[in-house]
Amino acid sequence: MAHVAAIETGKAAAALARRARRAGYGQKVSAALLVLPLLLFVLVAFAAPIGAMLKRGVEDREVAPVLPRTIGALSGWSGTALPDEPVFAALVEDLREARAAGTLPSAASRLNHDQAGLRTTLIGSARRLAAPFEGPAREAVLRADPAWGQLETWGALARARGPWTDFFLLAALDLKRDAAGTIRAVAEEQAVFRTVFGRTFWIAAMVTAITLVLAYPLAALIALSRPAVASALLFAVLLPFWTSLLVRTAAWMVLLAREGVANHALVALGLFGAPQQLLFNRFAVVVAMVHILLPFMVLPLYAVMRQIPPIHLRAASSLGAHPVSAFRRVWLPQTLPGIGAGCLMVFIQALGFYITPALLGGGADQMLPYFIGFYANQTVNWGMAASLSLLLLAATLLIVGLYGQLVGFGAVRTS
Amino acid sequence: MRGQDDTLVRFRGVEKSYDGQRYAVRHLDLDIARGEFLTLLGPSGSGKTTTLMMLAGFEQPTAGEILLDGRPIARLPPHKRGIGVVFQSYALFPHMSVAENVAFPLSVRGVARSEQARRVERALDMVRLPDLGARRPSQLSGGQQQRVALARALVFEPPLVLLDEPLGALDKQLREEMQLEIRHIHERLGVTMVYVTHDQAEALTMSDRIAVFRDGAIRQLDTPQALYERPTDAFVAGFVGENNRIAGTVAERDEDMTAIALGGGRRLWARQADAGGPGSPALLSVRPERIAVAAGSADDLGENALPATVAEVIYLGDHVRLRLALEGGVEITAKRPAAAAMAGLAPGAQVAVAWQPEHAVAFAPGD
Repeated sequence: MAHVAAIETGKAAAALARRARRAGYGQKVSAALLVLPLLLFVLVAFAAPIGAMLKRGVEDREVAPVLPRTIGALSGWSGTALPDEPVFAALVEDLREARAAGTLPSAASRLNHDQAGLRTTLIGSARRLAAPFEGPAREAVLRADPAWGQLETWGALARARGPWTDFFLLAALDLKRDAAGTIRAVAEEQAVFRTVFGRTFWIAAMVTAITLVLAYPLAALIALSRPAVASALLFAVLLPFWTSLLVRTAAWMVLLAREGVANHALVALGLFGAPQQLLFNRFAVVVAMVHILLPFMVLPLYAVMRQIPPIHLRAASSLGAHPVSAFRRVWLPQTLPGIGAGCLMVFIQALGFYITPALLGGGADQMLPYFIGFYANQTVNWGMAASLSLLLLAATLLIVGLYGQLVGFGAVRTS
Repeated sequence: MRGQDDTLVRFRGVEKSYDGQRYAVRHLDLDIARGEFLTLLGPSGSGKTTTLMMLAGFEQPTAGEILLDGRPIARLPPHKRGIGVVFQSYALFPHMSVAENVAFPLSVRGVARSEQARRVERALDMVRLPDLGARRPSQLSGGQQQRVALARALVFEPPLVLLDEPLGALDKQLREEMQLEIRHIHERLGVTMVYVTHDQAEALTMSDRIAVFRDGAIRQLDTPQALYERPTDAFVAGFVGENNRIAGTVAERDEDMTAIALGGGRRLWARQADAGGPGSPALLSVRPERIAVAAGSADDLGENALPATVAEVIYLGDHVRLRLALEGGVEITAKRPAAAAMAGLAPGAQVAVAWQPEHAVAFAPGD
């Protein structure tokens, strides 16, 4: 009897579990339907374009379709000596065909990214080799342009064989493969990106540190004020969001100009004898970035600080802690999640600042996003722009991951 | 202690106003004896918490002075007063373990680590939480958190501990258990405790003396028994314990008894408290458990008896509460042991109520 009862109960339990699953399934479906439009939007308008863009950083499909025979013939090439006659013959054939089809310029500019001057070599050689000639192709090609007698020219061709390449990523790190495929540092006068990365991270770190120092007391004041005062202060913090980033940057240009408000005030106060150069340098960039990013530091700090009961400071002092010690041992540790969240938010945004450094900074003191813009808009080197973006994204994800490990994403509650 | 003053804390003419218009505390004179358990009892806004916060150093009096051990402490910041404080919201530090919380007052005083560990262990033993040192406060129940807060306020052996409604957030059963526990800790350590509450039953259970606050002043300062038996005004009588009020006019006074005339030509004698002279309005106050109820006519019971109609009988297990309507519609409550014969006390029954004149008190109406 008991056995039967147990089986009955087992069946009932299974049925209950099934019903609960079915009910839960319905909830999940409706939750999924609620976020579906947003999910589609994010996929179509955000994830897909970014993915396509980043793909260009490792994709290399411009040379192979134009010079198919040459690329094919080069496949077994060692890179230690000039290639053999068949490769030269293939090149002549490819160049004639590409010239006739008009497809040469895109391949030429891709090779020019690798080695300056290759565009001229390629287009010039195609013109000179268009007419029929006698004798071995090798001599005719070398006659057309002596650059074909250099290993590096063939190395550039081999590197551009596609369809995938690490060329742009290596270039973004000031590295390059030689003709034999070994990774080496590029010549010192061409190495720029490590410096740019360093500078970008340094400026972002400096802005983050200054923002933290300025925002912390302000957030504390807001958190400890009466509600009416607190909402007025919070409103003042949020006010800059009502104007566009560009307007705020332009306002700093006006303020810091040689004949601007800041210079007039400093001269009037007798601090400077004559107007100083306040614009187009790192000072201007940092000041404007701190101003623009301040709310992003204040808000997470405030969110955490107002969770801390003010009575904690009273309790600490009743237990014998000097106000400084009460702050350091009781208040500060409880604000650490807010410090972490604020620094993360400001640092990551600072890494990606484009307009402000471009308008206020010195020409030789630009941050990484400027170079991404430069390659994308001016030299139309999508590979370079994409691989710089990829590295910036990777560095950002690394920092976010580090934050998740050290602080934890659940640490800041906003309610 | 010999030769030292028995008074640990003196309030001398202390006043406090937050806005410069109304008093939170008006002219407070209060002596707190060494080793006593004093409760500040009163409704919210009566100034009891302000008084406590001035003693802790979180608020400054606007006039008068507070002496601790004979020394004025107006200029002494809270962290130098060496007074333990237990807050209603516990105020445990969430980023520290229980043991670190309790060790906090020792570590800010530079006590050696081994000594800290020893004293923390002893303090946690005292509040009966010996094995929870490694936990975070958030992992404890409300009652456990309040024990930790108590241990933290006691671990540095302050001569004076202030408790600001420490049991307000706990449920009834736990509250009663903690009341006795705090009381026992007080007896064992001999520390002076000042306890703020608005719960009169809690005050009666725990205190050596109770100061009843109203509108920023002490209305009566007495032992629990004296406060209950001999309240000096109608507010204290109403705030501490249950009581019935019957309005009338003072008819006659002798040295310590007052006769109050009610409607219908009846007169009741009561102990004089602050009722005025003959002709002035007065309140007669009597505790429910002092009222005797008998079937039959009031006229048979003598002078201090009144006829009444039973309005409702509420059975509460250990006792029975009777709601009774007097002549003129005044309703009073009587409390009788359930064991006593209650035959005939159904709603609508005509009965007589009576009490000893010394169990009734005559007050001036006012509040």
